Amino acid sequence: MEVPYTVENRPDTGLYNAKVGIWLFLASEVMLFGALFSSYILLRVGALEGHWPTELLNVPIGTVNTMVLILSSVTVVMAWASLKLNDFKKFKMYQLATVICACMFVLIKSYEYRDKLTHHDVVLADGMRVDGHLVEETDEYIILSHPVSYPAVKGIGYRPTAIKEAEHGDDHHHAEDRKIMLADIVKRTTWGPWANTYFAIYFTLTGLHALHVIAGALVIAYYWGPGSKMWKTNPEQFTNRIEVSGLFWHFVDLVWIFLFPILYLL
Amino acid sequence: MESTEAKELHDTHHDADGHGADHHHDPGFWRKYIFSTDHKIIGIQYGITSLLFMLFGFFLIATMRWSMAYPGQPMPVVGSLLHIIMGDMTSAVFDPETKELIGYAISNDLYNAFGAMHGTIMVFLAVVPLAFAAFGNYVVPLQIGAVDMAFPRLNMASYHLFLLGGLIMLASFFIPGGPAQAGWTSYSPLATSIQTDGQLYWLIAMVIIITSSLLGAVNFIATIIQLRAPGMTWMRMPFFCWAQFVTAFLLLLAFPPLEVGALLQLMDKVAGTSFYLPTGLAISTMKDISGGGSPLLYQHLFWFLGHPEVYVLILPAMGVVSEIIANNTRKPLWGYKSLVYSTLVLGFLSFIVWAHHMYLTGMGTKISTFFQTTTMIISIPSVIILTCLFISLWGGSIRFNTPMLFALAFLPMFGIGGLTGLPLGFNYSDILLHDTYYVIGHFHYVVAPGTIFGLIAGIYFWYPKMTGRYMNEFWGKVHFWGSFIFMNLTFQPMFAQGMAGMLRRMADGGVGYSIANNPDAVGGLADQFVKLNANITLAAYALGLAQIPFIINLFYSISKGKKVESDNPWHSTTLEWQTPTPPPHGNFTTPPTVTGGPYEYSVPGSSQDYIPQNQKA
Amino acid sequence: MSGHGPEEIKKTIRTYLKVLGVLVVGTIATVGASYLHFDSMAMTVGLALLIASVKAGFVALYFMHLIDEQKIIYKLLGLTTFFFLGLMVLIIWASGDKPMNTVMP
Repeated sequence: MEVPYTVENRPDTGLYNAKVGIWLFLASEVMLFGALFSSYILLRVGALEGHWPTELLNVPIGTVNTMVLILSSVTVVMAWASLKLNDFKKFKMYQLATVICACMFVLIKSYEYRDKLTHHDVVLADGMRVDGHLVEETDEYIILSHPVSYPAVKGIGYRPTAIKEAEHGDDHHHAEDRKIMLADIVKRTTWGPWANTYFAIYFTLTGLHALHVIAGALVIAYYWGPGSKMWKTNPEQFTNRIEVSGLFWHFVDLVWIFLFPILYLL
Repeated sequence: MESTEAKELHDTHHDADGHGADHHHDPGFWRKYIFSTDHKIIGIQYGITSLLFMLFGFFLIATMRWSMAYPGQPMPVVGSLLHIIMGDMTSAVFDPETKELIGYAISNDLYNAFGAMHGTIMVFLAVVPLAFAAFGNYVVPLQIGAVDMAFPRLNMASYHLFLLGGLIMLASFFIPGGPAQAGWTSYSPLATSIQTDGQLYWLIAMVIIITSSLLGAVNFIATIIQLRAPGMTWMRMPFFCWAQFVTAFLLLLAFPPLEVGALLQLMDKVAGTSFYLPTGLAISTMKDISGGGSPLLYQHLFWFLGHPEVYVLILPAMGVVSEIIANNTRKPLWGYKSLVYSTLVLGFLSFIVWAHHMYLTGMGTKISTFFQTTTMIISIPSVIILTCLFISLWGGSIRFNTPMLFALAFLPMFGIGGLTGLPLGFNYSDILLHDTYYVIGHFHYVVAPGTIFGLIAGIYFWYPKMTGRYMNEFWGKVHFWGSFIFMNLTFQPMFAQGMAGMLRRMADGGVGYSIANNPDAVGGLADQFVKLNANITLAAYALGLAQIPFIINLFYSISKGKKVESDNPWHSTTLEWQTPTPPPHGNFTTPPTVTGGPYEYSVPGSSQDYIPQNQKA
Repeated sequence: MSGHGPEEIKKTIRTYLKVLGVLVVGTIATVGASYLHFDSMAMTVGLALLIASVKAGFVALYFMHLIDEQKIIYKLLGLTTFFFLGLMVLIIWASGDKPMNTVMP
């Protein structure tokens, strides 16, 4: 028993099975990320005045990561084109580049995660709110580097203004480490998903996207390594598989193209 | 001549990675029945699993009904058994005079847990897998003349994921605190604030089940698009395949938002986020939250699936009923094209009606009017489908066998279920009826004597193809009349209770709000409506007993039933009957080429009263 | 996707490299636009989403070959887009249309 149209196109639809399958799957992925984007908009629109943070993420790093992902998208499609041109060596080279790009993306992303998870945010008894990276912690005090401080009532949305004010004034206080007594702290948190709904949706969206990157990279790595044996036995089906895994990879890239501005820039 | 043409189309494929390898040698028990890639075996796996879940879901409601009918009284036998398994979740009942332990009743918490699990299990683990995955897997590839599903191994993975999700759901019964208690809808912040781990199991199980359904939906659509036999054009597809096709699309596009809903709730539960927890939430167990979330977001995401889900439940049953009616009236379905287009419109519209479940959440009047309007519009295609099926009966020489009885009963029962939904679709009447037993009655009329009757009809109808034997007709009729009578006795009184104002989700069945207990209160529940609880409970138990002949019949007939006289015992036109009985792996002995429509019954001038789709007139 | 000859593949490779250029320029433009501080939020959001959509469009059309695909894929994506927009628009509409806005002046 053989399932037809696994390799060749069905005449009336002009497609092979896996291509129909991956597009259907991508349609459901559109709805998945669509629901998450809708949640993002709803949370942002519904946020109290001044409580939606902006400019918390490192834009240069985000830009580099965007470039990495765009580059990998090109190498994937070039790998497929190389197979079409019967150039297996070039295919190997391009897919290797793809996998390296994917690893870089995940590494950079995890650096960003770590950066946020070690960023402490405290509210003091005097009503000021201070955040910065944890340098030292004892039973009595914590030391935060590059502290930013502003009145807690103004909300985290005020933070960029506070930074500007500190830069424009003569006070370069924010560049120095700041020692905070634990006794003065009313509320303490780190910039994890629990900090506010912005970080919640940031970690959820990028985390889910990173899972897609990892899954896609595993598939591509498999067809670069052990799975590439099929090139000798059934080159057409192998090319199809590369095309299908490529379609998934482009979709992952496409999601990031939207994630980057809405999380980093807006 | 036609077979060589078909052979060419099928033989161009050269097998590369062993898709078809297992038909050369005997695969052994595990490969054949547990890790099978054959769509028929997977269909049967889904069927058996979902029927077991259905039985379990019924057991849950049976214990709940006891609590409603006889609040505070110990349950005979079952109470003690539950105490052994669930421990403190059951409440001990003492004799008021002698102070002796006389038995166990279910506690309010356990009532909530059972209620949540009854809904979840019945919808996501029983009816959807039976309607969509079991019947779809077994029948669709046969009806379109395919050798298997487009992705056989993915198909196996879907079943195993489904089973895993189901087992996690079952495992939650044995953890401290018991299973999820926040209703099958799991609204936040209630669901998030309950401190036990049941909700966590529920969420993880749901994510897995949803993933399984998504993979299944991809597979079904790809199969129907790609693997139709030569000549099987879209308008020659049996209506059942159309119903499954639209159902698969509903699952494919509506399930991801629910997956997001569950993921975000999981984040709320595990990572301390506040997606659904608003600022200023005053729940003592949730002080350290950041707030800023929106409880309505969950309801939107849930009901974006929740409403298409209703059509996921009903469309396959409509498909089954259409097949059976065409076959047993011996005439073509009336208005085949209207049926198909109505189904497409139904699927399309079902995505933009969801917020009619949310009229009482404080939505504005403009958006309520929008959803009310789309809801009224969507009733049109449903009525067209039902009307087509009714008119199909006209002038037919009807064979009243068991599948046909169930199919015939489906029509008025689904009609009652559908029409009682209209007052719930208008927001002004929904304000009165929301969350009362009227809603329960409406929904169960759609699903129990509607969908489940359709599916049982399908079991009786396709059983001869699966096993080569008929199910017993006499016991089938006993099963039918028992189910039909007691189903109505169970659900009909709920409309009256609901209109009298009895709310759902009360462990004591509304006694606490009755006039008898609160003589001074205004608007208490009149005594006769509270008393109906006992009637309903007895009817529900009788309904359970009426299923015993079915269960015995199902197993007994595998080896002892009357043997079929031919591969096509019902003299049907569709392709699934043009295979050996039971169909082997790979299905058809010669690849079929379709030359006619799906319902060529009683064609004038033909020698027999049916012309199979792969035979020329 | 219909062209399979080596010549056509070579031609598409040149297209891919051009698209890469567009994507890089688009990324720089997005970042640049975020430093321009428009008075209206709508303008900022609109520009960022416009650039993102153009980039996404290039990826979908050229890398995913949607510029030359079979009809059934277009139908599927059309359907998906409709439901995606329905989900998004109706949820946002519902969140904006509160009874407070109509009942209380």
